[in-house]
Amino acid sequence: MKVFGSLIAFMLLVAAPLRAEIDIAEVTSPGGVTAWLVQEESIPFVALELRFKGGASLDLPGKRGATNLMVGLLEEGAGDLDSRAFSERAESLAASFDFDIGDDAVSISARFLVENQDEALALLRDAITQPRFDQDAIDRVKAQIVSVVRSDAQDPDNLVGVAFDTMVFGDHPYGSAIEGTEDSIAALTRDDLIEAHKGALARDRVYVGAAGDISAEELAVVLDKLLVDLPETGTLQAAAVDVSTEAGVTVVPFDVPQSVAIFGHEGIARDDPDFFPAFVLNEILGGGGFEARLMEEVREKRGLTYGVYSYLVPKDHASLYLGRVSSANDRIAEAIKVIRDEWSKMAETGVTEEELEVAKTYLTGAYPLRFDGNGPIANILVGMQMDDLPVDYVNTRNAKIEAITLDDIKRVAARVLKPEALHFVVVGQPEGLDS
Amino acid sequence: MRRLIALAGACVLAAAPLRADTIEDQVTTFQLENGMDVVVIEDHRAPAVVHMVWYRAGSADEQPGVSGVAHFLEHLLFKGTEKLAPGEFSETVKANGGTDNAFTSFDYTAYFQRIAADRLGLMMEMEADRMKNIQLDREDILTERDVIIEERNQRVENDPGSLFREQRMAAQYLNHPYGTPIIGWRHEMVNLDLDDALAYYRQFYSPNNAVLVVAGDVLPDDVLALAQEHYGPIPRNEALPERVRPSEPPQMAERRISFSDPRVAQPYVMRTYLAPERDSGDQRTAAALTLLAEVLGGSQTSVLPQKLQFEEKRAVYAGAFYSGLSLDDTTFGVVNVPAQGVTLEEAEADMDRVIADFMETGVDPAQLDRIKFQLRASQVYELDSSNSLANRYGAALTSGLTVEDVHEWPRILQSITPEDILTAAQEVFDRKNAVTGFLRTAEEVTQ
Repeated sequence: MKVFGSLIAFMLLVAAPLRAEIDIAEVTSPGGVTAWLVQEESIPFVALELRFKGGASLDLPGKRGATNLMVGLLEEGAGDLDSRAFSERAESLAASFDFDIGDDAVSISARFLVENQDEALALLRDAITQPRFDQDAIDRVKAQIVSVVRSDAQDPDNLVGVAFDTMVFGDHPYGSAIEGTEDSIAALTRDDLIEAHKGALARDRVYVGAAGDISAEELAVVLDKLLVDLPETGTLQAAAVDVSTEAGVTVVPFDVPQSVAIFGHEGIARDDPDFFPAFVLNEILGGGGFEARLMEEVREKRGLTYGVYSYLVPKDHASLYLGRVSSANDRIAEAIKVIRDEWSKMAETGVTEEELEVAKTYLTGAYPLRFDGNGPIANILVGMQMDDLPVDYVNTRNAKIEAITLDDIKRVAARVLKPEALHFVVVGQPEGLDS
Repeated sequence: MRRLIALAGACVLAAAPLRADTIEDQVTTFQLENGMDVVVIEDHRAPAVVHMVWYRAGSADEQPGVSGVAHFLEHLLFKGTEKLAPGEFSETVKANGGTDNAFTSFDYTAYFQRIAADRLGLMMEMEADRMKNIQLDREDILTERDVIIEERNQRVENDPGSLFREQRMAAQYLNHPYGTPIIGWRHEMVNLDLDDALAYYRQFYSPNNAVLVVAGDVLPDDVLALAQEHYGPIPRNEALPERVRPSEPPQMAERRISFSDPRVAQPYVMRTYLAPERDSGDQRTAAALTLLAEVLGGSQTSVLPQKLQFEEKRAVYAGAFYSGLSLDDTTFGVVNVPAQGVTLEEAEADMDRVIADFMETGVDPAQLDRIKFQLRASQVYELDSSNSLANRYGAALTSGLTVEDVHEWPRILQSITPEDILTAAQEVFDRKNAVTGFLRTAEEVTQ
């Protein structure tokens, strides 16, 4: 039998991580819009990612769901084209425009062929700057969103998220579903949508990433054509909100065989100097993969779940450190106990030298694999700008990971992990858990 | 130069072939002496690679009574060999900056890693090792059985839509194993043991039942040399059975099922018809059905949504679906999610009425042109993801197709006429082959 000689040899070679070989250009249009571009000419199409900071948290009091509904209507008719004509036009160009919304941003992901790029961009410009908000489209999309709201109300995965957010954020927009309620949606008028559009899609908050077969000169022209008709400023961003939790369990009774839980407490901001050590720490505690401590203890050793994860959630106006697990109703209590123990253990003792080395090798090696296509690259470019990172970040990021020491992790573990604040919200019929 | 071509292209929008290289230029195939198929897809934009081994064995190849064993075994392949401790496979991938996972379907089981291209040899070495040498402890694997039961809880038991799907599929197939869920029936999963897993492993895991797919920053000859080094020495399984499953008898009666669950917020009606799949060298009917699904329900401007969502406003969502990638007979489906105030019985009648009208009026040529142009464009867009290309070849080659079939498919789609689509529709819409399912909230039943 052949022994794994080459395996050992490979293990010794891993010290030199792959470099992300991408060349990012910063493009500023004559009109003053900035974008980051990776020009990649081998496939004749372009991925363009636009992001407007703010998103659903811009909803005005009493208008919950307005920004979400507005975004849902951007592809339902624009300029001279009604809903059907707009769709037919996009189809005949084989262009795709995805309009999405989160707590902190409206995202527009476009993909179009070089051969009809002018027509595709003209259509996208109309969608962004001249949405029609026809009443029949408003009514139809409202009905679709209400259908989603009703389904979400019966979905344990969604219920647990809303219950946790409501507990932590209360009346802040982060504390409720971005769709709004059936009542708040019903009350929204066409004027509300026009207001939401002006408030959310403004030039003072737009970030742009592009990747594919387009030059910097072409992109500069495109940026102005797309965005020049938007207002200069929009709605004031939402207020910052403190996160305060106490160790404990909140049970939301729901008749399902498997309980679903979200757990967590305050997190750490993206621009905090300790964010990188915290990121590495979390990779070891509950990041993806079977080797993380939570996965090892809850799944691999005890078979209590199919998946358990933890993740940092640095939002614009608050930071959370969250995790998720689901276990059968008669086993969730044990899963929660194991997670609590691991949380405390890591807060007290940090990680081992070996764990840190493995995490570093993984994170630095996996980083270049993220840049696998024009779509993902455009996404990363826009994300970096929203995080206020420098354009050379892709070349310095791995060095930041490499520089983290065991002492850094230990210090940050004590700071970031808060067993005394670790709260579980459980949706299901859990046994042996008291709220 | 490049700009001139682009401008020229814009003038002849729908008629001209797009100017990109096609996937065929990037694909090389081999077969090792032991029968293992090798597909190499070159993409030199980033120094990364995806390495996949696909077995021509899925849940539909299981023996009766041990449903879920194919998927259980997939989990157990991470639990160690003579040389690797439990979990060490994934740890090694991770320590080399890669990610790994696996998945099981009706017709295949696949294992993959994404990693720096210079680690390909190591991935092959480990993957070749676990093709034959897993070493499992009878008691230890019971923990993993708990994991797959929690996986079933998460995917199926907690979701009435998934339970409904299981019931519909069981009703659709009278004899063929597609009627059994991939993850397994719970009452059989709880009894799966080491012997069941090993019996499946020994029967199906061998090089002459496997397809190696490597996509990324590699050269075909280098991949071949590495494959010969690592997979080449594994002997073929001479006792590999021919892949024949129990087949469907003539279906003679429509099945109608009604599934109620208090967790259902949005009732809907769905009907599936037994339908032919893509067969090697014979893909025209499947291509016509693919286009039929697009014409009826593939986008906002297709027939069912236009009529029911936009014009009549009697549906929240209406659509059609079909995937021809399957070893044996698949299904063609239509669905209608009614607007408030419309009953499921009415929703079914609406759906049938719109389809009957469509059979009278036929295919809108302008719509078909748009669909065909989008399909041509997808041949450009798809080049952006070597991952999904790798998946396409792996799935096709384990579902009874060849590389030539995969390459022929886009041309066949373009050659389909409105008449072909209507003919395929007339053949597939046979209620004797159909399962009509109502998903209801529990309250509705008691009314």
